[in-house]
Amino acid sequence: MALLGRTLLLLGLAISLYGIGASLYGARARRPDWVASGRRAVYALAGVMVFAFVLLEIAFQRNDFSFNVVAQTSSTTLSTFYKLTAPWSSQAGSLLLWVLLLSLWSSLVLFLTRRRLREIAPYATAVLMGLASFFGALACFAANPFATAASAPPQGNGLDPLLQHPSMMFHPPMLYSGYTLMSIPFAFGVGALLSGRLGSEWIRDTRRFALAAWLFLGIGIILGARWSYTELGWGGYWGWDAVENAALMPWLCITAFIHSIQIQEKRGMLKVWNVSLILLSGTLAIFGTFLVRSGVLDSIHAFGASTLGVPFVCLLAAMMVGSIVLVLRRRELLRSEHRLDSLLSREAMFLLQNLVLVAMVFVIFWITLFPLISEAITGTKVSVGPPAFTPFVVPLALILVLLTGVGPMISWRRVTAANLRRNFTFPVAAGLLTLACVLAFTGAGAKPLAVAMFALGGFVLGSVLQELARGTAARRAITGDAWPLAFGALVRRNRRRYGGYTVHAGIAVLLIGVAASSSFQHSRDVVLRPGQAATVDGYRITYVRPTEAATASKIEFGAVLAVSKGGRHVTTVSTNRGYYPDTNPNDGVIGRFFSGEADSTVGLDAGLTKDIWTVINTGGLTPLQGLINKGDRYFGAALSSAMSKLATLGPSQQRAALGQFWQARDLAVAGLARRFVTHPWPVEFLLIVSPLVTWIWIGAIIIVSGGLIALWPAPALARRRSAAVVPARLAREPV
Amino acid sequence: MDPSRKRVIRLTVALSAALLLATALVYVSFSAGRDELTASQLLHRARPGGQYILAGTVLDGSVHQNGATLLFSVRDPKLHVAVPVRYTGIVPDPFREGRAVLVNVTDEHGTFIGQQNSLTTKCPSKYQAASGSYN
Repeated sequence: MALLGRTLLLLGLAISLYGIGASLYGARARRPDWVASGRRAVYALAGVMVFAFVLLEIAFQRNDFSFNVVAQTSSTTLSTFYKLTAPWSSQAGSLLLWVLLLSLWSSLVLFLTRRRLREIAPYATAVLMGLASFFGALACFAANPFATAASAPPQGNGLDPLLQHPSMMFHPPMLYSGYTLMSIPFAFGVGALLSGRLGSEWIRDTRRFALAAWLFLGIGIILGARWSYTELGWGGYWGWDAVENAALMPWLCITAFIHSIQIQEKRGMLKVWNVSLILLSGTLAIFGTFLVRSGVLDSIHAFGASTLGVPFVCLLAAMMVGSIVLVLRRRELLRSEHRLDSLLSREAMFLLQNLVLVAMVFVIFWITLFPLISEAITGTKVSVGPPAFTPFVVPLALILVLLTGVGPMISWRRVTAANLRRNFTFPVAAGLLTLACVLAFTGAGAKPLAVAMFALGGFVLGSVLQELARGTAARRAITGDAWPLAFGALVRRNRRRYGGYTVHAGIAVLLIGVAASSSFQHSRDVVLRPGQAATVDGYRITYVRPTEAATASKIEFGAVLAVSKGGRHVTTVSTNRGYYPDTNPNDGVIGRFFSGEADSTVGLDAGLTKDIWTVINTGGLTPLQGLINKGDRYFGAALSSAMSKLATLGPSQQRAALGQFWQARDLAVAGLARRFVTHPWPVEFLLIVSPLVTWIWIGAIIIVSGGLIALWPAPALARRRSAAVVPARLAREPV
Repeated sequence: MDPSRKRVIRLTVALSAALLLATALVYVSFSAGRDELTASQLLHRARPGGQYILAGTVLDGSVHQNGATLLFSVRDPKLHVAVPVRYTGIVPDPFREGRAVLVNVTDEHGTFIGQQNSLTTKCPSKYQAASGSYN
């Protein structure tokens, strides 16, 4: 099976290289048959990669530990669900997933555009196959998922407990889908530049893929934040970690692109911006992949030091230099058809939004890479922690939220007083009302930036509500439908616009949640014995009783905590810390159960207004260490004695003798675990009370819903109408 | 106003804003940053009261719990040198001997005190050999 897998990888690489050659030859020699052959190579690559990935999944399900990746990330005790996700927890398996997703999305876009973009598509195919070749070569020669060991171990290392979370099924595939989907508009952008066909056609046909990239990457980012909040024991959802930033940067860039292309479609402006943004997004997607896999920056997520850094640097250099050269060469064709008439216009707001988003990307890029930059300049690595982001990102985010409300309502070309009155009165009133309520009924006045975000959030929600109400009312006036029917028809007929408004509403809700939870969080580190209590933000949190659970695969020490306020019981939360057995043969017979990987289960009571979050830190199990050492000595000696006697016994007697031994060991381990309840020692708790965290997840759901609405194909009639506009526009464009 | 003059003014304003942002960014980075040092670099450069980021691997056999205080040593990736750290706060789940860690420390007259809740542990890579010992 390993040989078949390796053969498939090499076949995939060969197909990719063929696809590059066939497409480029077909484009240069104007040979449609070669172009079609290049396109079919993409389909073939997708088929080969599906086959290869299924093979790898079978190896995991069959516990085939002759495969290195299976031995290192799986075990016989791992559930089927996590065996399915384990392939992408490793460097090699995730590379294979990358190539698979790239080939599938490439196949889809080339199939959909097979009768269009005839000059651009061959170059795009070559670029996509070039990326597939790069990742395929890494999988073949640097991190082969089908590499085998000389002898298969009887048991695997198992999956890192931190990765045994439902989000693991979705977070990496969403992120990788986002990264690989960014390659689509990147490739077509390069194709447009190479072919000189720089009209709106390539944007129209790849816009959906850009939106899909934005959506998938956004879902991946939110799932990561949710996983961090509920799984990792630090109480936060965003730590400005290098790998988090690596996903955020291309997402911000493609957000700018998705908005900015509207200006090109409507008024033929910002062409240089748009092509630059899409080239930058594609490059940043590869850069993010490089950051995770190269180990150049310290990150809790990074795979660690690897040999993949140099190839990625070469690819990134080629993408950056190539992009700059292409844009400079085609700058005459990228001239805007119109000029900016006024700074108070929709075009200007979109341009300003581009500037703000790119500024954010630059800030995040600089601070994230500052350790490397400082080392290059001064010889010393200097790290700038998460607080450095706040002075820059917060003001930029406030401007962005303001533009989110202003942009859709301000008129094209030049704002008028009538436009201002008509479109801004209600949203401004909503924003001011929000501000007044926040100042009057909460103590938030001490945090002006947070208050500003609340008020701007109210402004944006007011603008969205106004647009939805006006559109529905207009529809009702025409059709006479009831409000819900009119609303549904309105959204169906213009999914892009109203999906966008929904996303804006979600962004406002999400950022209100972020502002509240980051500005008004209360937390305490306390050491408590059972019966003792601590107070956080007016909540009295009492350590009611310790808990424990012991099985052969995990030992848990936990606590039940009662939360009350003003003498009234609010909720009960439970938290525990789990210890997995270590596979190190040098650890003692008893000690190995307490010295392996650990994970925390957070105690969380989530509500619409407040989250109560807690995690236990059992403090290294020092009170048990003496007994553990004693157990190791006793059972170590007993095991040595038993093994020397086994040689004289028959197979069934050996099994019986060992069975008795392991049973006695398990009883001893369970007894030790029980001491946490019978002889509890003081343990440390991190107690956090945060307002409006749930708004972040609600906002994310609204954003995803809006993205899906915008992405959904329009009804056939509307597609024909919009398609008719494009040929008319094309007729005006230079050949 | 002449449209070309308007464009020049707008471009000047935009470039000035960009320059201001870049300057602020560079200034904050260098002034608010902390040196990220290995164990050997820390022993060489640390001054009493100084705050640093210590990066390295947790030395095998060095982890002990003393009440709420975690005691461990961080070894240099290349040299046979390790720095003892006294740390209080949340200990990340992946923290173990042999793992790569980052911790903010303050030099209190030769004793390195870890800043509360500043300890981060790198997610263990299956492709990295265990390197917590001196071998």
